[in-house]
Amino acid sequence: MTMDFLRPATWAEALEAKAERPGAVPVQGGTDVMVELNFDVRRPDALLDLNRVAALGEWSAEEDGRLRVGAGVTYARLIAELGDRLPGLAQAARTVGSPQIRNRGTVGGNLGAASPAGDGHPPLLAAGAEIEVESAARGVRMIPAEEFYLGVKRSALEPDELIRAFWTRPAGGPQYFSKVGTRNAMVIAVCSFALALHPAERRAGTGIGSAAPTPRRAVAAEEFLAAELDWDTGRLDPGLPRRFGELAAGAASPIDDVRGTAAYRRHAVAVLARRTLTWAWHDLWAAGPHEGPHDGPRGRVRRPGGPVAPGDPGDPEKPRREAG
Amino acid sequence: MSGTETRPDRGQSRERGHGPGVGRDLGVGHSAPRPDGTLKVTGEFAYSSDLYLADMVWGATLRGPHPSARIRSVDVGPALAMPGVLAALTCEDVPGELFYGLDRRDQPVLAADRVRYQGEPVAIVAADHPERARRAAAAIVVDYEVTEAVTDPRRAAFDPSCPAVHDGGNVVRHQPVRVGGDFTAPVVVTGEYEVGMQDQAFLGPESGLAVPAEDGGVDLFVATQWLHVDRDQIAPCLGLPPELVRLTLAGVGGAFGAREDLSMQVHACMLALRTGRPVKMVYGRQESFFGHVHRHPARMRYEHGADLDGRLRYVRAEILLDGGAYCSSTPAVVGNAASLGVGPYEVPNVWIDAYGVYTNNPPCGAMRGFGAVQACFAYESQMDRLAEACGLSPVEVRVRNAVSQGSRLATGQVIDSPAPLAGMLRELAAMPLPPEPSRTAGPVAVPPPAGPARAAAATSVPDPAGVRAPGAAATPDLLDLPGGVAQTTHGEGVRRGVGYGVGIKNICFSEGFDDHSTARVRVELLGGEPHVLVRTAAAEVGQGLVTVQEQIARTELGVERVTVAQADTTVGSAGSTSASRQSYVTGGAVRAACRAVRERLAVLRANGETLAETLERAGAVEETRVYRHRPTFPMDPVTGQGDSHAQLALCVHRAVVDVDVELGLVKVVELAAVQDVGRVLNPLALEGQIHGGSAQGLGLALMEEVQVVDGRVLNPSFTDYLIPTILDMPPMRVSVLANPDPHAPYGLRGAGEPPTLSSTPAVAAAVRAATGLRLPRVPIRPHDIAMDGSRYGNWAGDRSL
Ligand SMILES: Cc1cc2nc3c(=O)[nH]c(=O)nc-3n(C[C@H](O)[C@H](O)[C@H](O)COP(=O)(O)OP(=O)(O)OC[C@H]3O[C@@H](n4cnc5c(N)ncnc54)[C@H](O)[C@@H]3O)c2cc1C
Repeated sequence: MTMDFLRPATWAEALEAKAERPGAVPVQGGTDVMVELNFDVRRPDALLDLNRVAALGEWSAEEDGRLRVGAGVTYARLIAELGDRLPGLAQAARTVGSPQIRNRGTVGGNLGAASPAGDGHPPLLAAGAEIEVESAARGVRMIPAEEFYLGVKRSALEPDELIRAFWTRPAGGPQYFSKVGTRNAMVIAVCSFALALHPAERRAGTGIGSAAPTPRRAVAAEEFLAAELDWDTGRLDPGLPRRFGELAAGAASPIDDVRGTAAYRRHAVAVLARRTLTWAWHDLWAAGPHEGPHDGPRGRVRRPGGPVAPGDPGDPEKPRREAG
Repeated sequence: MSGTETRPDRGQSRERGHGPGVGRDLGVGHSAPRPDGTLKVTGEFAYSSDLYLADMVWGATLRGPHPSARIRSVDVGPALAMPGVLAALTCEDVPGELFYGLDRRDQPVLAADRVRYQGEPVAIVAADHPERARRAAAAIVVDYEVTEAVTDPRRAAFDPSCPAVHDGGNVVRHQPVRVGGDFTAPVVVTGEYEVGMQDQAFLGPESGLAVPAEDGGVDLFVATQWLHVDRDQIAPCLGLPPELVRLTLAGVGGAFGAREDLSMQVHACMLALRTGRPVKMVYGRQESFFGHVHRHPARMRYEHGADLDGRLRYVRAEILLDGGAYCSSTPAVVGNAASLGVGPYEVPNVWIDAYGVYTNNPPCGAMRGFGAVQACFAYESQMDRLAEACGLSPVEVRVRNAVSQGSRLATGQVIDSPAPLAGMLRELAAMPLPPEPSRTAGPVAVPPPAGPARAAAATSVPDPAGVRAPGAAATPDLLDLPGGVAQTTHGEGVRRGVGYGVGIKNICFSEGFDDHSTARVRVELLGGEPHVLVRTAAAEVGQGLVTVQEQIARTELGVERVTVAQADTTVGSAGSTSASRQSYVTGGAVRAACRAVRERLAVLRANGETLAETLERAGAVEETRVYRHRPTFPMDPVTGQGDSHAQLALCVHRAVVDVDVELGLVKVVELAAVQDVGRVLNPLALEGQIHGGSAQGLGLALMEEVQVVDGRVLNPSFTDYLIPTILDMPPMRVSVLANPDPHAPYGLRGAGEPPTLSSTPAVAAAVRAATGLRLPRVPIRPHDIAMDGSRYGNWAGDRSL
């Protein structure tokens, strides 16, 4: 038994190789592929090593204002080089595995694996990212993130296609990513939630992870925010984040598995949605009029303990601590 | 942050070396460095999985997929037809005895007519490449007829209509304990508790290399905990006399009890004898979860009766331990749970029934703490409930009932060495608590100012390398919150809780077992200088036993240059590396052999002669000694009475936790411990044992569970069997007491297991304090806190007059 190890030096060669051998499995960081090989989950007849394709490891600011981030940019680099412009994704990147995994693993690989638990997906959904894929035969396709995920570990990628990059706008407002795991590091998501406020458009984007067969948006929850958030005064009705949480939970269709129960996942998505909205809204208004919505009047800067969002409004009680 | 204090006033005097200036800083009582330390840290240490011989071939195991099935037929033909395959063997090919086992020989070398648990070995294969061997094993055709699996231990124990997993019924051992007869009290608390199936989670998978020898025997290099008991089981299965089965310890990557039972030993030897080639076997991580026993899951019912002032009048308990498909060490685990079932408390009336049962669940056996862990979780949970019922603090209720030297255990055995539990608890309670986080000051922990450019900074607490950002103290650090950098809270829903746990563990083998060790010590001149060679069969499994043997030799003989030979069966048994016993028993044997050597040297030595001169003139001196601890006695089968234990050890823990009560996520902020070890042999190694044992107990409290449904393991990998990371295990405050046990060498008290007992209930109690929930089960899962915990809020049965 042999397995070919293909090592294209350029993107064009990589596309040709993939066209010729659609069964070849691409390897970027290898942090998913090698685990699958070790566990004998698959036995491809060829591996397509993309590590020599330098272009995949690059990112650039494009003319339309978006960032184009190569599929081979590692989590570690994403945090260091793009953490300011893509905070939600950087927060997610920070929760991926361990330092070793973040030094090798990539968003491209996360997309290639298309696991419902992949931490890169919710922020991509919340930000409205697009995935650039390409084949030698049909050239480039741009796939909106929400159309990319088709099923458990199934994506819209065709067998002869490779992922080139993802495109996304630098954050135009606060972004948060929250992930529940059963230990405090190095853990696969029990469920996760990403929120991106888009103040210029007076709307918010969402992404739910590990609580449905695919990563998905909470569309009804987004519509609710677009309709109900008070972008003029920054007032946040305490019931609003709670309702938002309920709608987000409603968008999930989780299962019971070894990592958690469906009921817990739904509950946790609601809590994460509520909390991230509270944080993001607070950040937006705490940042002052220049960085808040353009017509946000001065003097409405919200401080901790101020009239707006003093705590998590959904909390039955204010946070408090007790000993013993 | 983290530190260990040792009481210098108790038992800390240094042993002096005999030669001038020799052995002073590397002898007993000092943090002598480990000979394997640097190698392990730099990745150069050779573990059993690294064994290699030029002409070796690879073994692989075919395991049955069903928890319970009859085997109609096994066809190895397809495997033998594959290229590179040298042998494919079934139970028909076992040369000798068909069964082995630590206590009962009930475990088939290879399954014959039926399989009794998921993953039971059915056939083995040797091939010239590990992958070929695995594929050949997979090609073997087995015809199974699936039968009803017994997976409910309660049914297995008490339902007469339940199928028997083995002839003779499902109860492996029932051990009652009966003391007194007055089971009335003004305050009564009852509870049902559950402990999930914990795995030892050692990092070095089961592995070894069997080399056929010209004399018809076999040399086995293997990672194990007890070479001689392995040999005593292997040789009969191979149909060989014991002297033809020679074992040498290979590099062991952790054990924690999981290597007490055989795994690949007989299989590799069978394949080696059949093929005439050295055969190496290495389990993968997933296979490893099926290849060793786990900690017995337990279901326990407790009733504590006390006076209004909290003093215990009685304890009634039923402890049900699921031993799974084979006996392993279940009887001894039951003995521990029964004899230590009320904990280190004085209780005038006791009624305990402890059961170990067969089921078709994964076999369970030895794991650090061994039966005492499960009972400890239940009795400590009960002590907290009693404190609540009597309006006492958790510390006070324990102090009022604490044993001390002279107290009787439930077995009637008198504790005849220091057991200063009340003082230990007071010391623990007096330790400063970690500061409340600054985030309590404001109503919410607010992330720093945001806006697009700063949003990342708000949450970029760790830098990309995962190092804490400097100056992070002022702002709440996500790493300090439940959920860590996964950022599930900025302080919302977080409550602090403090809890206490106390545990008592028997040290050494109990209940009349002839528990001994053997050491051979040789002093000779090497390169003109005195040199000591220590040879035992004691397994170094990572705990530091080799270092301790070196230290003892240095102290006893005053010779600095000491080598501890690789453990093998050319010397008598050392007993198991378990029950926290090796420093005691093998340490005792090394000390005895050294002292015998010293006496001979004293006779040989001419006036004014140096040791080197004596050795030069008289030649090498060698002595072998067997050491036994004082005898122990069986528990009475009806009353449970008897002096069943050689030594008892205490540890107490305080846990401080922050719990996100809405999400059920826990951050252990601090663990503090006080342990009495009798005598500190190596402070650094001791600290490692206390930290490690505490971490393992924390893992059981919060995350470690082999999840089994209908006899099938759902999470046989480190992806989903979670063990604590550095972000889960907090800094520790440790105080070590050294009140010597007059019966033990150097006054030492075994130290490896006690911290594993008390940390679990301490963490659970802290989580209960933070949440107000009953939480009667460990591990405590997020949904237990966030969703279900309240259903245990009101327990029927409690009454307080
Ligand atoms: C210990 C450990 C911990 C982990 N923890 C996490 C975690 O916390 N969160 C998380 O989300 N993931 C986690 N993972 C999974 C993994 O690290 C991530 O999914 C990572 O993003 C994969 O990236 P990679 O570059 O290593 O992908 P690879 O393994 O190289 O590839 C992954 C998949 O994508 C395909 N692929 C790669 N590049 C391309 C391309 N350019 N075009 C088309 N297909 C491509 C591959 O063929 C493969 O199917 C963990 C893995 C390990 C081993």
